[in-house]
Amino acid sequence: MTEAASGTLRRALNLARPDDVYNAIVDSHKDLSDELCRAFDAKLILLLANHIGDEAVIREALREATP
Amino acid sequence: MSRRLAVREIMSSYEYRRYPYRRPVELDGKGERRPVVIVGAGIAGPTLALSLAAHGVPSLILDEDDTVSFGSRSICQAKHSLEVWDRFGISSRIVDKGITWDQGEVYLRDQPIYRFNLAPEPGHKFPAFVNLQQYYVEEFLYERCLEETLIEMRFRNKVTGVVPRNDGVTVEVESPDGRYTLEADWLVACDGVRSQVRRALSLPYPGEVFHDQFLIADIRLKGDLPRERRFWFYPPFHPTNSVLLHRQADDILRADFQLGRDADPEEEKKPENVDRRLRQMFGPGAAWEHEWTSVYTFSCRMMERFVHGRTIFAGDAAHVVSPFGARGGNGAVADADNLAWKLALVLKGEAPAALIGSYCSERRAAACENILQSTRSTDFITPRFPASRIFRDATLALARDFPFARALINSGRLSVPTAHVGSDLDTPDSDADWAGGPAPGRAMVDAPLGAGWLVERLGLGFTLLAFGEAVAPPSGVATVNVGTEGLAPQRYDARPGTAYLIRPDRYVAARWRRFDPAAVEAALGRAMAN
Repeated sequence: MTEAASGTLRRALNLARPDDVYNAIVDSHKDLSDELCRAFDAKLILLLANHIGDEAVIREALREATP
Repeated sequence: MSRRLAVREIMSSYEYRRYPYRRPVELDGKGERRPVVIVGAGIAGPTLALSLAAHGVPSLILDEDDTVSFGSRSICQAKHSLEVWDRFGISSRIVDKGITWDQGEVYLRDQPIYRFNLAPEPGHKFPAFVNLQQYYVEEFLYERCLEETLIEMRFRNKVTGVVPRNDGVTVEVESPDGRYTLEADWLVACDGVRSQVRRALSLPYPGEVFHDQFLIADIRLKGDLPRERRFWFYPPFHPTNSVLLHRQADDILRADFQLGRDADPEEEKKPENVDRRLRQMFGPGAAWEHEWTSVYTFSCRMMERFVHGRTIFAGDAAHVVSPFGARGGNGAVADADNLAWKLALVLKGEAPAALIGSYCSERRAAACENILQSTRSTDFITPRFPASRIFRDATLALARDFPFARALINSGRLSVPTAHVGSDLDTPDSDADWAGGPAPGRAMVDAPLGAGWLVERLGLGFTLLAFGEAVAPPSGVATVNVGTEGLAPQRYDARPGTAYLIRPDRYVAARWRRFDPAAVEAALGRAMAN
């Protein structure tokens, strides 16, 4: 098991081609119903959370994203 | 588990023998003050009585009924419970009669997506789990209790009142021959989720009620039966919900169908409706007989304190969890094991009554852990709000291709001994170079030793495990010389000179890289609240 690291959430840009990545995410949702969008997003969040692997970063992102 | 919707009928092939009632001597003006009165002959009560008897402490068990558990109820007997019961000689009976398993399989629709092994390493005396109906476990416990001269079991004796005193408890009891009172130094309520003792003292039982209903169908199925635990999300034979399948002794299977919140329990319990579900599950060629049918809901509750003066609560009377994870009956055994040695030391005057306070803090920590784990399982199995279901289903969808998602599937995190790290009784590590082994506050781990097992070598009291060097522990502490070869030193991260102080309940009290009599003496005093 990966150790619970304690990094902090990146605030500065970390993407070489930010517009391409942004539009790839948005376009992936284009033809999906609301229901499928939510299922898609849930899978995406789980995949990325595991890839990040840093509980502190994930928790910070959860706080920042909370409306 | 709550039996609020309760058992409709018992069709069991198990013969419920009636245990004898005898007229209580108190009705004839006899009887004396009891050191320990235990209310409830379920799992916790007899386990506590046997453990007290092993320490030389007599006890009296009161039970309003005169037979064992109706229905199979708590069927998964965990390794740690088997290690406790082994001291009374009944674990070999449980293993022989029960179904040993450590594999589980999780299905999504008709596809297996995840297989787990709960015993990844060999070299333990007992397996991760043995499935055996609660009535057999209670029968074996009762038999041992009835052999013990230090234990008296009174069947058909119901507690009607409890009067706390400064130095004990007065217990009001109703028997078939009339009412009487008992004086006890300590009263231990092991009388289940609807504890009469808790009610008599008007103590609250705060917690959370879950509304999903489940149908248990215990059946005797002809043919080859699976040994592993199987759990289905959305199976073709029950497409809207989940199903759990466990094998028990006597060729009995337990199918546990999630019914949802809106099911009508009376309709669901009708044999023709149960049969329809089973037919869809097992196919047109299958044949079965019913053993026990029950529709249940459950709640997670915990008392704010488990010790109220001289009255102590254990098992479901003190805390209750959902059935996912086998934490009810096994938690009750752990309660009894934690309490017995403390009560014995206090009653013998070898430790102050404050030692009993540590039962509350340590077992409340365990109950919190059990409730957290079982609530998480429940939330995964029965998602409580729309987004919760969306993430659950996303996890299931990813599970086949992504190992990480398989780890997130929570169909029950099965009972392992809980830790109480930071307990006042335990001495924190002073050596900084531990890279493994059970830290203070954690349960000891078994390993092969000589021709037998490490767990068999420990006695009733405190034990010093010495690795490789002979030591002279304080009086009253037994020594087991483990050596430096084999699995045991690995499991304890031991080097020549390493020593572990093990409590009577087989938890680690302290450990050192080098044996130091003064340090052992200090840790021993601390572990006895002296």
